[in-house]
Amino acid sequence: MLRFLVQRLLLFPLLLFVFSVVVFLLVQAPPGDFLTSYISMLAASGSSVDLAQVEALKRQFGLDQPLHIQYLRWMDNIRHGDLGLSLEYQRPNVELIGEFLLPTVLLALFSFVFTWAVAIPAGIYSATHPRSFVDYILAILNYVGVATPNFMLALVLMWIAFSRFGISVTGLFSPEYVQAPWSLARFVDLLKHIWLPMIVLGVAGTARLTRIMRANLLDELNKPYVVAARARGLSEWRLVLKYPVRVAINPLVSTIGWYLPQLFSGSLIVATVMNLPNIGPLLLRALISQDMYLAGGILLIYCFLTVVGTLISDVLLAWIDPRIRIEE
Amino acid sequence: MAGGAGPQPDQTTATLARPAIAEAEERVSLASNWQLIWWRFKKHRLALASCAVLAVFYTIVLVPDLFSTQSPEATDARLAFMPIQRITLLDGWRWRPSVAAVEGRRNPVTLRMEWQIDETKRVPVRFFARGYRYTVLGLIETDLHLLGAATAHERVYLLGTDRLGRDQWSRLMHGTRTSMTVGLAAVVLSVILGSLLGGISGYLGGWPDLVIQRLIELLQSLPTIPIWLAMTAALPQDWPPQKVFFAITIILAFIGWTTLGREVRGRFLALREEEFVLAAELAGCSRFRIITRHLLPAVMSHIIATTTLAIPVMIVSETALSYLGLGIRPPAISWGVLLQEAQNIQTIADAPWLLIPGVFVIVAVLAFNLAGDGLRDAADPYGH
Amino acid sequence: MMPPTRTVTRPLAPLASRTPPLLSVRDLRVHFFMDEGVVKAVDDVSLDVFPGQVLGIVGESGCGKSVTMKAILRIVEPPGRIVSGRVLLRRQREASDDAEYVDLTALAPDSPEMRSIRGGEIALIPQEPMAAFSPVHTVSEQIVEAITLHRPVGRREARQIAAQLFRDVGIPDPEHRLDQYAWQLSGGLRQRAVIAMALSCNPRLLIADEPTTAVDVTTQAQVLRLLRQLQHQRNAAIIYITHDLGVIAQMADWVLVMYLGLVMEQGRVADIFHAPKHPYTQLLLRSIPSVHAVPRARLPTISGSIPHPFSRPRGCPFHPRCPHAMPGTCDHHHPPLRTVTEVGQQVSCFLYEQEGQPA
Repeated sequence: MLRFLVQRLLLFPLLLFVFSVVVFLLVQAPPGDFLTSYISMLAASGSSVDLAQVEALKRQFGLDQPLHIQYLRWMDNIRHGDLGLSLEYQRPNVELIGEFLLPTVLLALFSFVFTWAVAIPAGIYSATHPRSFVDYILAILNYVGVATPNFMLALVLMWIAFSRFGISVTGLFSPEYVQAPWSLARFVDLLKHIWLPMIVLGVAGTARLTRIMRANLLDELNKPYVVAARARGLSEWRLVLKYPVRVAINPLVSTIGWYLPQLFSGSLIVATVMNLPNIGPLLLRALISQDMYLAGGILLIYCFLTVVGTLISDVLLAWIDPRIRIEE
Repeated sequence: MAGGAGPQPDQTTATLARPAIAEAEERVSLASNWQLIWWRFKKHRLALASCAVLAVFYTIVLVPDLFSTQSPEATDARLAFMPIQRITLLDGWRWRPSVAAVEGRRNPVTLRMEWQIDETKRVPVRFFARGYRYTVLGLIETDLHLLGAATAHERVYLLGTDRLGRDQWSRLMHGTRTSMTVGLAAVVLSVILGSLLGGISGYLGGWPDLVIQRLIELLQSLPTIPIWLAMTAALPQDWPPQKVFFAITIILAFIGWTTLGREVRGRFLALREEEFVLAAELAGCSRFRIITRHLLPAVMSHIIATTTLAIPVMIVSETALSYLGLGIRPPAISWGVLLQEAQNIQTIADAPWLLIPGVFVIVAVLAFNLAGDGLRDAADPYGH
Repeated sequence: MMPPTRTVTRPLAPLASRTPPLLSVRDLRVHFFMDEGVVKAVDDVSLDVFPGQVLGIVGESGCGKSVTMKAILRIVEPPGRIVSGRVLLRRQREASDDAEYVDLTALAPDSPEMRSIRGGEIALIPQEPMAAFSPVHTVSEQIVEAITLHRPVGRREARQIAAQLFRDVGIPDPEHRLDQYAWQLSGGLRQRAVIAMALSCNPRLLIADEPTTAVDVTTQAQVLRLLRQLQHQRNAAIIYITHDLGVIAQMADWVLVMYLGLVMEQGRVADIFHAPKHPYTQLLLRSIPSVHAVPRARLPTISGSIPHPFSRPRGCPFHPRCPHAMPGTCDHHHPPLRTVTEVGQQVSCFLYEQEGQPA
């Protein structure tokens, strides 16, 4: 167990290194660089472009250096917690990302809790009442839930809210709290807004998890240890919840490894549609405007969150499953 | 004693039933693996229905123009945001297909066109009408369309129009072609990559396995959607639609193959231990022959099922990318491009029919998922 | 169908013995209602189990042995259902010599009363000891649970009882073993742990469902010896389910031979092994390898295979494979189970129809 975790932790920096190279190459890939877009932007706004000034900027950002030097400079800055300056916002990228990071992670975590809180009971009910009416209804909901792209769901819900109730359900905060510093009142305001994006983001995962839970539990319910526990005189509900559910949930923990990252990066689309404070829309704009160090920074954050999600799942799995924990 | 009825009538059924059972058993034992899969698949009625839906979709993919009522590119700013014209086939008891007429009036205050559907006035339509000219698969030139206005000066907007007055139904037909093809092409590419690398990894083991496994792990721990976005954003803006289409396909397959590769590897690993592979090895079969003649047929059914389940993921990904403006780009049409028209909540409120392409996405994904599940159950009756 | 009364004070006439049975099963039918048809897994089975004795149930796989066991414990899973019959468990009345019988089929499977019988008075030694323990719970967790469910003790005391049980069944270092998971124990230890669990509440009846199929021959011998020994100490009755006639000869006092959900023959072990009446029993006995057999002779086998459960043959279910099958009789009518000897051996076969037995 300890060896396994140490192995994982050692892999962590290696993965981040590989990712940083991939990300760097990706944001470098578009033809031209942000300076070209900057110049064309300046030209569009009517200001004259001084060639000497361009050269100075080039040197300042190291764009005249070969690619690997640029990468090393970027890495070196990151080591000091500096993600560069955003062209579009004219602010340090760290500051920009930092502003949106907490709501991003919060939304993912809320969706995650929602998914498990709904999917596990639904899966248990379906598996213990196979072929019942509720089981069929849940099956239909699951299929539709998986099939609906979450931005579609967001659009439909926003449309219903707008045309039926005349309210706009975009954003995570009421106007008066958007710029306010964190406080209890702001958090309460967040709770009032986050539930809809939370559901939208979590629906597909919930549907999938319900189906996995149902299938796993159905497999477990026929196992001899369940018969043995029943023969011991345990009441049906206690028995189901104590043994097969526990065993059936174990493999689900390994799904956290892909689900949490999926929530982090999946919120990108929902956040764009619903206009949420999230690093997703920030990335989208950065990519389109070739604000490359901002895009690179955000992509790195996504990679980091993804790896952390996988790590959490590995640790949890080893922690709750003795078969993995005790394995030499 | 089971059944208290007299022995006489029962006896005849018994003698009749026995050979029938024996015959059925023999049929089962002689059937090939594919026949068995087909018999089991036939039992899944939803999966069968889904296959029918998919067949319709792919017919549209082959000849979208046949199903279109108008050219998908034709714009007419005066006809923007026209609502849906519902089609009725019967007039009383007589066969007289028609759509409701739409009256437009410009609002003097907002200067916007406001459309009024007049159910009493009918615009007659006919099947196999003449319309704009097109070529079928680049071979046959024709102007035949499944549906069209009966008279030349009338036009039919089955699903309304968008902000440029383009006919949404016809655009949807062409979008179906792109979206369904991207999904299929990306998955075919994934399958080739995944089966090749997964198969090598699973059959050879050793260092090739190690390298491929690490590569898969690396790709799988990349955050899919952001990386896809970054890759598509890196595509040059001036590329022609075909080139973008291929690039998107490759980008989708780039990450998609890993799941399949893993699956194939797992199957191969399990199969390698099977007796029949050992038997083939002892009989002196070459490695190539073992892979192509013994292992591939055994994993083929699973690959097909997994493939069917992977296509919808690709379709949704393409739709999402295009919706965000980083996938298929106009003037090319895909479901995602069509949904881009519905980005503004005010627009959706005014013209909710712009969300209809989303319904197509959901139906297609549902059909693929149901068909895939049916296939998987048929291929592997003892669970996954 | 089912009598509305839950308890029967007047015991049924025992099938063959003078002492009153501990458990009487009468006309038990358990059917499985599947999409493809109805499987009559247990069809008209009657049996008696006497205190301190071992009843062996033999048959090939799929003959309904395990379903009978599940029906007695009332843990038949859907789509299976007890269609008819009674399962009567004898209970000593307090402060009197009278006994009364509880009809288990009249109790709701998940009712507190049934649950106190299940595990408390009738315990199960399941088939595969490995699979009988949850892989993610320690052994002690599961045994302590069984003890606290049926005995008025706390967890601490229950653990001491469990440790003592482990010692009784011969598990060394019980304190350590209790905190392990089943998959950490060796096959033999796991087997003993399962037995310890079954014994944890001093049941009066033990149902052993092929308990030695998963262990090697040496362990099997040890386990059988242990079971016998424990049974003598505690004077418990055992229903021993197996397909191995050798084990029956070693363990059982009474035998019940089942085929496709029906009882073919039953009686005392000695009688059945020395003078098997039913052709099926005869064939089964002949297919056991023997040291007395002529060397290099082919071991006789039973021709044909077990029919598919959906298409049980009409008449006697064994007639398609029976060397003595009488066309016109065996394939039309079902032979009733009748007593053919003074010592109570019963057989369901038309070969013994003419011998004329007292009704």
